[in-house]
Amino acid sequence: MAAPGSLWHNGGGETGKRKNMNLEKVIFGFFIVLAATLNFGFVYGDPADPEHHHLWEFFAAFVVNVIATALKFGDRTQIGAVHLATSLVAVLQLAAAALVWFFAPPGPLDAGTTVSIVSLSAGAALANVVSVVILIVETISMRR
Amino acid sequence: MNSSLLLTLRRLRAPIIFLIAVFALGIVGLVLIPGVDENGEPWRMTVFQAFYFMTYTASTIGFGEIPHPFSDRQRLWVAFIIYLSVIGWAYLVASLLALGRDKAVRKAYVESRFRRQIEALVEPFYIICGFGETGRLVASALDLRGRRFVAVEIDESRALAIDLMDFHQVPLAIAADARLPENLVAAGLRKDNCRGVLALTSDDRVNLAVAMTVRLLEPNVPILARAMHRDTAANMASFDTHHVINPFARFGEQLALAAAAPANYRLVTWLTGLPGRELQEEAAPPRGAWVVCGYGRFGREVVRAFHAQGLEVTVIDPNPPQDADLSTVKGTGTNAEPLVAAGIREAVGIVAGTDDDVNNLSIVVTAREINPRLFTIVRQNLTANQLLFDAFDADMKMVSSELIASECLAVLRAPQLGRFLEAARRQDPSWAAGVVDRLVDRLGTKVPAIWGITLNISDAPAFHRHLMSYGDATVADLCRDPSDRDRTLACVALLLDRNGKVELMPDDDFELHAGDQVLFAGRVGMRDRQRHLLQSPKVRDYVLRLDRRLAGARS
Repeated sequence: MAAPGSLWHNGGGETGKRKNMNLEKVIFGFFIVLAATLNFGFVYGDPADPEHHHLWEFFAAFVVNVIATALKFGDRTQIGAVHLATSLVAVLQLAAAALVWFFAPPGPLDAGTTVSIVSLSAGAALANVVSVVILIVETISMRR
Repeated sequence: MNSSLLLTLRRLRAPIIFLIAVFALGIVGLVLIPGVDENGEPWRMTVFQAFYFMTYTASTIGFGEIPHPFSDRQRLWVAFIIYLSVIGWAYLVASLLALGRDKAVRKAYVESRFRRQIEALVEPFYIICGFGETGRLVASALDLRGRRFVAVEIDESRALAIDLMDFHQVPLAIAADARLPENLVAAGLRKDNCRGVLALTSDDRVNLAVAMTVRLLEPNVPILARAMHRDTAANMASFDTHHVINPFARFGEQLALAAAAPANYRLVTWLTGLPGRELQEEAAPPRGAWVVCGYGRFGREVVRAFHAQGLEVTVIDPNPPQDADLSTVKGTGTNAEPLVAAGIREAVGIVAGTDDDVNNLSIVVTAREINPRLFTIVRQNLTANQLLFDAFDADMKMVSSELIASECLAVLRAPQLGRFLEAARRQDPSWAAGVVDRLVDRLGTKVPAIWGITLNISDAPAFHRHLMSYGDATVADLCRDPSDRDRTLACVALLLDRNGKVELMPDDDFELHAGDQVLFAGRVGMRDRQRHLLQSPKVRDYVLRLDRRLAGARS
């Protein structure tokens, strides 16, 4: 099963077999869900209105997404690979949005730039939703 | 992504995440804390400026305070963040170094490299399980003939040493237990170009497991297995292992053949000899009373062979067998008394067959001092003792690793060779002597190269076409030199197989048919020259004088 594996060196990646709650799984789930919620929060609102999309929320979403990607490194199972892929997609979309922001004309954002930043981030949000869905499916199937 | 990269990333997850966190924290602080520029105006970093500053500061490059000199509040924060990021980098570097020393990770790297090499292997190859003396002999002979091999050796240091040996092709080796099927699969058992598996470990159980694995997973891949015990050999034969080699039993058969038909023995050992060896002088074990020292697996086979020939045998062994029809003497044979008691003065020959090389030499030297006319047969256990055995110069020598290796090579060389040898053992001695004379006359005394050709459309397109349309070509035509049709190549046809009908030593004017399989013995390199004749229509027309005939028909 695509358990998150051990975050620290000594883990063998076999943690998925244990039934009790453990810290690693909490951290893993936490970051994946947080990446999705932050991303969604940033996208939410009028896509053309810069007032609805705050820079810090974008920054937080970006950082948490990168951390979530790092957490998914090294799982060799099929589900682990899809997990990593969704995260890479999200980070890529957010990086594109950050570049758009960087090259935007100085001063407050105009409507056109805001729309393209928000639409790129919306793509990332979709990838994050897929990630969360995989997490839920995995958790449910592990109960059996 | 390959698995070793994934494994590395997985082990580095913690330091990577720590660094990401330090970067994020540093950027947030830098953007939030206001500074004062040269004109006294307050300013704040953008996220990008903060990221840029973090990048060169955290990696200890340090371009300085840009775009404006920092305020003290900013400097306090930067000092804090520098400590954190240096710890982060140190953590990452330490983890990387620890990873490099981690055995499991190194093993993963080696394995993934091996897997890539096997995947990239497109030439035909053999899998050799066990790289001891026998495995090495077979490997270097295969290598000489331009064949690739993959070695599976359980001893790690021995497997590593394979890389350092001198081979013409790049040797592939893995330190793994051949008993586990996954290791054989990793060595390329499932690949289409795997031409055979050789189970040559010193452990019968391992060889048995390998034979069984190959039989079940890839029934069409030929398997040659070494079996030191008769029951292992029987077990292997019970599930159709293609070729089982029991060196002791094989030597017993050879000994019996040497006693009964020395000329046939000479022919067979010459044709199956290791590359580079010479034709041996005829040495027949004389008829009379024999003394056999050591009654282990080897001694038993020797006694069996002598009894089959109706020879009288006395056994010397520290634990003599309780067998009524066997005369035995208790002792080791390294000193004179047991030898004399066993009747060495009247005997015609002695067999030193213990599993200790020094003892074996001591036995024959002592025996020869008592009776200088003795015919000596010595068992050599280790190749490392070659010098000692060369110095003694026994009449017959049994080296089990060489015996197994030459048999493996004979089987791998050409499938029809086995049938030829089988027949050669049974023909009468004058025939064998004639064959040896004819071969030596054409090829010299070095062990010849042996190859088989099939006159079909894929192996010999040009020749096959000729046979289908004109129908006349003889065995002699196959031996003509493509660069000068009036000369003959140094090769001789040993056997011709036409739909299962076998012709031994076909004459020069033997008519060829399409589909014939012919077994050749020849000097090294002759095979490539013959191939031109088989494959190129122009060479064929020249050699068979078809050009002239066609020109004549036209005019």
